[in-house]
Amino acid sequence: MNPGATAAGDILQPGPLPNRLQLTPEGRLRHLLTVEGLSRELVTEILDTAESFANMNEKAVKKVPLLRGKTVVNLFFEASTRTRTTFELAAKRLSADVLNINVSTSSAVKGESLLDTLRNLEAMNVDMFVVRHQESGAAHFMARHAEPGINILNAGDGRHAHPTQALLDMFTIRRFKGDFTRLKVAIVGDILHSRVARSQIHALNILQTGEVRVVAPHSLLPAQVQDLGVQVFHDLEQGLRDVDVVIMLRLQRERMEHAHLPSEHEYFQLFGLTRRRLHVAQPDCLVMHPGPANRGVEIDSAVADGAQSVILQQVTFGIAVRMAVMSMVMGVGGA
Amino acid sequence: MSVLIENARVIDPASGFDAVAPVCIQGSEILALNAIPENFEPRRRIDAAGCWLFPGLIDLAAHLREPGEEQKATIASETLAAARGGVTTVVVTPDTDPPVDSPAEVELILRRAEQACGVRVLTMGALTRALNGEQLAELAALKRAGVVGVSNAQRPLSSTLVLRRALEYAATFDLLVAVSAHDRDLAGSGCMHEGAVSTRLGLPGIPEAAETAALGTILALVELTGARVHVNRLSTRRGAEMVAEARAGGLPVSADVAAHQLFLTEVDAADFNPLCHVIPPLRTQRDRDGLRDAVARGDIAAICSDHQPHESDAKLGPFAQTLPGISALETLLPLTLRLAEEGLMSIPEALRRVTAGPADILGLATGRLRPGSPADFVLFDPDGLTDIRSGNWLSAGANTPFFGWTFSGRVTETWVAGRPAWTAPGEDAA
Repeated sequence: MNPGATAAGDILQPGPLPNRLQLTPEGRLRHLLTVEGLSRELVTEILDTAESFANMNEKAVKKVPLLRGKTVVNLFFEASTRTRTTFELAAKRLSADVLNINVSTSSAVKGESLLDTLRNLEAMNVDMFVVRHQESGAAHFMARHAEPGINILNAGDGRHAHPTQALLDMFTIRRFKGDFTRLKVAIVGDILHSRVARSQIHALNILQTGEVRVVAPHSLLPAQVQDLGVQVFHDLEQGLRDVDVVIMLRLQRERMEHAHLPSEHEYFQLFGLTRRRLHVAQPDCLVMHPGPANRGVEIDSAVADGAQSVILQQVTFGIAVRMAVMSMVMGVGGA
Repeated sequence: MSVLIENARVIDPASGFDAVAPVCIQGSEILALNAIPENFEPRRRIDAAGCWLFPGLIDLAAHLREPGEEQKATIASETLAAARGGVTTVVVTPDTDPPVDSPAEVELILRRAEQACGVRVLTMGALTRALNGEQLAELAALKRAGVVGVSNAQRPLSSTLVLRRALEYAATFDLLVAVSAHDRDLAGSGCMHEGAVSTRLGLPGIPEAAETAALGTILALVELTGARVHVNRLSTRRGAEMVAEARAGGLPVSADVAAHQLFLTEVDAADFNPLCHVIPPLRTQRDRDGLRDAVARGDIAAICSDHQPHESDAKLGPFAQTLPGISALETLLPLTLRLAEEGLMSIPEALRRVTAGPADILGLATGRLRPGSPADFVLFDPDGLTDIRSGNWLSAGANTPFFGWTFSGRVTETWVAGRPAWTAPGEDAA
C-alpha cells in the first residue's frame, strides 16, 4: 500500500503528460489511457500482438494462461454491452478472474467518490481496472491515483478517448487494406461528442494514413478540429469521394434537444450513408461503425448489412485487440 | 504609537514618488513622508535599509468562505494568508452562505474580520435577494451598512431587464456595481476554454463569446443607465479591447483581471490538471498577451487574486467534476511583480494595479502613501526569495498551480493601520 498517494501534496504537483502516466520509463505500456502520443512502433506492436490472439480465437481451444491468478475489474459508470462483454471475454481467454461492476448497482450512486471506489477495490488486491466513465479525464484521474503495479485501461471517458475501440478499428483496416499510407479514411457524423472519433483520428495519424477526413455539419464539429490533423468536409458526397474506408458514428437522439440538429430525418437526408452515396467512394471501400448503429439515422440497413460492411468483424477483432492490450500492460506478451 | 521608518526605498505609485526617504507614522496614519516634523519623537525607529516600502495591496475579489463554508477556509485563516502576501485590504464577494444581502451579514463579516489578524475586510453586497437574480436586495440599506459596492458574484441574473433595473437603482445611490461578463447559456456545461485543447481533451468548452456577448450587453446598459460598473475577472483579449473602447468613449466602466490569467493558458490544463480549473477559464496565449497589454496600458486598472480556497477533496476527481478556483492571495504580489521583472511595466506601475488602481475604483483612501492616509504598507526585501510551496503556505486552501514557483523578493512585514499584521519568520517582531 501507498498511503501517501491521497495526501494533499500529491495532487498539488502539476500532473504528468499522458505518456509519462501511461508508459514506463522504458517506453512500455503501463496503462492505456489515450492513443494520443503513442509511437508508431508501439501501436504496430499492439496490432501485431492482437494478430497472434486473433489466430488463436479462431481455434477450438481459445484460452491461454497468461493472466492466470490475476483479477480484472470491469468498472463501468456508463451502460455498455459490446465493450464490456468483449473486455470480459478477452480477460477470460487470458485466464484472468473478472469482476463486473456497474454503476447502477454500486455505491457510486450513493455518493461515493471515484477515488473511494478505486481505493476500496484496490484493497481487494485486484490487478487491473477497465474503466468507462462519463467524464473526460476519468481514466487519467484513476491512473494518477492508482497504487503502483495497478493497470488502468480506458474503456471510454466522456468525449475524450476510447483507445481500444480505435485500435480495433486500426486492426480491422490493416487486415483488409494493409498499408495505411495510401489510404483515404472518412469519419462521418457527430465528431463533437465522440471519444471514438478523437481516438481514431490520433491512431490514423500515428499510422501515417494518407488522408484523414471528418464529415459533419458545423454544429457537430469541435472548435479547431483541423488541429487534430484532419481535412474538414460539410458535404457527404465530397467527403466520401475516392475514400478507402468510411467510419460512421452513432448519432445520439438528445442532439436534437440541444439544437445541434433539427431532426433525424434531415440528418439522414444530408449525412446518412446509403448505397447510392457510397458509389462515390472506392469500389472496395470498407464500411465501419463502432456500434450500436442507428439504422435509418446515420446508416441505411442495406449498407450496414452489405458486402462492404465489416461492422461485425470489428466486434470479433475487438476481443483480440483487448487481449493484446491486457497482456502488454501486464508485461506478458502475446500468444 | 509613533514609528519612524528610515532608509527604505519608498514607492508610492499614486503620486509617482520613488526614492529613499523617511516615513513617519502616528497612530494609524501616515504623518509625514520624505520629511520628519520637528516635534516628532518616535517611540520606535526601524532601519529598513535595502528594503522597499509601498502601499499595502487591495484585492478586489476574494472568497474567504466564511460564513457557510468554513470547511474550506475562514476569515481568520485567509486574512493571515493575505497579510503574508502583502495584501492589507480584501474585498469579499457576497456569495457566502447566507449571502450578503442584508446589513446583518455585512456586520457578521466585519465583526469576524475585527477578531482576525488586522487585515481590512470589505464586502460587496448582493445585488439581488439571496443572489436569486430576480428581486433586488435592499441596496440602500446595504450601502448604509458599509458595502463598497454590489454584485451578484458569479450567479446569473434572470434577465437583461433585471440588470437594467439593478443598474438604474444602484445609480440612484452612486453605488458601484461589479459584474461578471459570463453568458450562462453560451457557457453551458463548459469547464475550460473552447479551443484546440478542449477539443483534444473532449471537455465541454466555454467560448470567448460567453464573455464578449455578456460584455456587449453590460456596456449597452451602462450607456443607457449611466451606472458605475466594474467588470470582474476579464479573460479574453477581445473583452479587454471592448472595455478599452468603452472607456475611451467616456463610459464609467473599469475592469480587473485575475493574476493567474496573466501567466497561465489553456495549455496548462492540457493534462486534465484540476488545479487549472477556473471560471472564467484560462484561455489562449493570444488572450493572455492581450490581457497583459491591457494591464500595461491601464485599460485594466486592477489585478485581483480571485482567491478561491478549497478543501483538497474539491480538486480530487475528473476535471469537470472538480470545483473551479485557485487559492491566490499569497501569489498576487509575486505574480504582479513578475510582470515588472519580465519588462511589461515598471515596478511602480505594476504596483499601481494592486494599490491605487483598485483604491480608485472603490473610492478608498488606502492604496497610497501620503500624510493623513491610513498607514497600510508593505516592507519588502527585494533580495529575498518567495518560495511557493506547501511547507510555508498559509491559506487553508492548498489549491494553487504555482507550487514549485520561486519569485524574487519577499514580504518581510505587512502593516495595517500603523500596526504589523504579519512579520516574516526570522524577522524581528515589531
